[in-house]
Amino acid sequence: MQMIKYMIKRILMLIPVLIGVSIIVFLIMRVFSPDPAPIVLGEHATQQSMQEWRLANGLNDPIWLQYVNYIKDAMTGNLGTSYYTKAPVTQEIFSRFPATIELAIAAIIFASLLGIFLGVVSAVKKNSIFDNGGRILALIGVSMPIFWLGILLIILFSGTLHWLPSTGRLNPLYQPTQITGFYLIDSLLTGNMNALVDALRHLVLPALALGMYSMAIITRMTRSSMLESMSQDYIRTARAKGITNRRVIRKHALRNALIPIVTVIGLQFGSLLGGAVLTETVFSWPGIGAYTVNCILKSDFPVVQGVVLLVAVVYVLVNLAVDIIYAFLDPRIKYAKKEG
Amino acid sequence: MLLEVNHLKTDFKLKKGIVHAVNDVSFGIEKGEILAIVGESGSGKSVTSLSVMGLLQEPGKVVDGEILYKGEDLLKKSEKELQKIRGDQISMIFQEPMTSLNPVYRIKDQIIESIMTHMKLSRKEALARTVEMLKTVGIPSPGQRANDYPHQMSGGMRQRVMIAMALACNPELLIADEPTTALDVTIQAQILELLYSLRERFNMAVLLITHDLGVVAEAADRVIVMYCGQIMEEADVKSLFSNPMHPYTLGLLNSIPRIEDESGERLYMIKGMVPNPLHMPQGCPFSDRCDRCMERCTLEMPELKEVGGHKVRCFLYNQEAGKEADDR
Repeated sequence: MQMIKYMIKRILMLIPVLIGVSIIVFLIMRVFSPDPAPIVLGEHATQQSMQEWRLANGLNDPIWLQYVNYIKDAMTGNLGTSYYTKAPVTQEIFSRFPATIELAIAAIIFASLLGIFLGVVSAVKKNSIFDNGGRILALIGVSMPIFWLGILLIILFSGTLHWLPSTGRLNPLYQPTQITGFYLIDSLLTGNMNALVDALRHLVLPALALGMYSMAIITRMTRSSMLESMSQDYIRTARAKGITNRRVIRKHALRNALIPIVTVIGLQFGSLLGGAVLTETVFSWPGIGAYTVNCILKSDFPVVQGVVLLVAVVYVLVNLAVDIIYAFLDPRIKYAKKEG
Repeated sequence: MLLEVNHLKTDFKLKKGIVHAVNDVSFGIEKGEILAIVGESGSGKSVTSLSVMGLLQEPGKVVDGEILYKGEDLLKKSEKELQKIRGDQISMIFQEPMTSLNPVYRIKDQIIESIMTHMKLSRKEALARTVEMLKTVGIPSPGQRANDYPHQMSGGMRQRVMIAMALACNPELLIADEPTTALDVTIQAQILELLYSLRERFNMAVLLITHDLGVVAEAADRVIVMYCGQIMEEADVKSLFSNPMHPYTLGLLNSIPRIEDESGERLYMIKGMVPNPLHMPQGCPFSDRCDRCMERCTLEMPELKEVGGHKVRCFLYNQEAGKEADDR
């Protein structure tokens, strides 16, 4: 019950966050972005047609009035239309967001599994060859540029070995019926196994490239957190009980080390959900990151505002999820004010 | 003899040099006996107990000697064989009850884990035994408290839980490493009383590690006084208190404040400090702090000798220096 109260409180706190974020992005777009009129209408447009276009899109109003109008519309679920495609922003976003989510989830799963494994091995076999190997891998992971890693992966696995496809989400031949927009889920729902396998094969390389950095961060955090928890008194108690080393590490040390690990996983996942511009570009992945950058360059104000708001919501929700997981991981964490 | 430690040597290999944390220590514990090891911090008493448990962490290592448990040398056993003994036949409780329990698991799960590791019981039977053990160590409404997490309990309660966990598999030897040090004085007495009564009830031997001579006087049958990794004196508890022989033991006893003392004199203090383990004085390690130090003490190491029912490591009681001893 208290947990639900806490969750409602946190979700209500989204409102001020969204107001703040929307003001900032609204101002930035209008102050620093080039005038969209000549970009939308083309360089040969007349002054008059541009003026008319600005009027039609409300860009001649004072900024505060533009903002108030934007918020009014937003309350009704209308985030405006793209200057270019004329399609509603919500539709523009939701046609691309599933691709981003799918990629982000695949990347974070890869990063968490490998990261935690390497981190634990590193910590348990401290200063051994495994530890040094894991640390070097982590160092490579944080320092290697994603686009370069992506290109290397493509050259090796698609170009040379021909194991995996290099671009896109799916071979159009296998396109499953659109239900959720998530190809993995849609193909499962429709029982389209060819699509499932093909979508998975398309997912491998971009997920590896995108997850590498997060994997490295998670490895490092796991290693240091494990070293800390393994030096605690309760680890000695567990060993004094005569249980196996494997159990001491898994049940006692790792379990206590999880809180900082879950924190970085949450932060990494949040940023992956914001879209991965470089990965999406290298792998021609139809996600939201590369699209948004394109919209920023083209001064497509409504789309950029919409995407930023969405990312803010996602970030807040992921952080809320992390906080809730804390309470399950550590019984000492309670999200209720003690009475008295 | 239940446990017999012979010429145990445990070293810590540090970058700056080797520390002989336990240096040629021998002792034995009979079934059902409470043996106390007393000493200051750094005297090697805790390292001795961890050596017996096989729980030394890097860079600590047993380099010589034998630890015979029921005649079998624990040092020759594999980690797997040791795991079978640990928590089952020999178990241990620690100084810090606040941090010795895993904060993320319920009390019952931690005790059940120990029981199910060593005894062939179902989870239900293990839970029943857990509750029974909690009751034995004096935890009120044990069925309920078993569901608590460690942070919901006080230090004294947690130490009781630790004891319940240690005794859950009926060990024959309990190693208690400063079990009362972190507790309030009133709780200390309760925990000691508990250990004492459980010893009778379970007929187990206790190796009690402490720096507190008050604890020794209350609980132990026999006492070993350690200093800088070596045994200085060994005697049964009455004889040690009534007739301390080694100057170090004497110093320790004299530095206990006594309420009935109305002389107004300053409390006795052993002069100086425990020597740096990397730079031990030549000869007797206590020589630079000893009130009765002789020239010989700074040159040679005295042997541990039987004198009048005690074992003492001091030239005062050496036959060649017999005259000195008579002067006392």
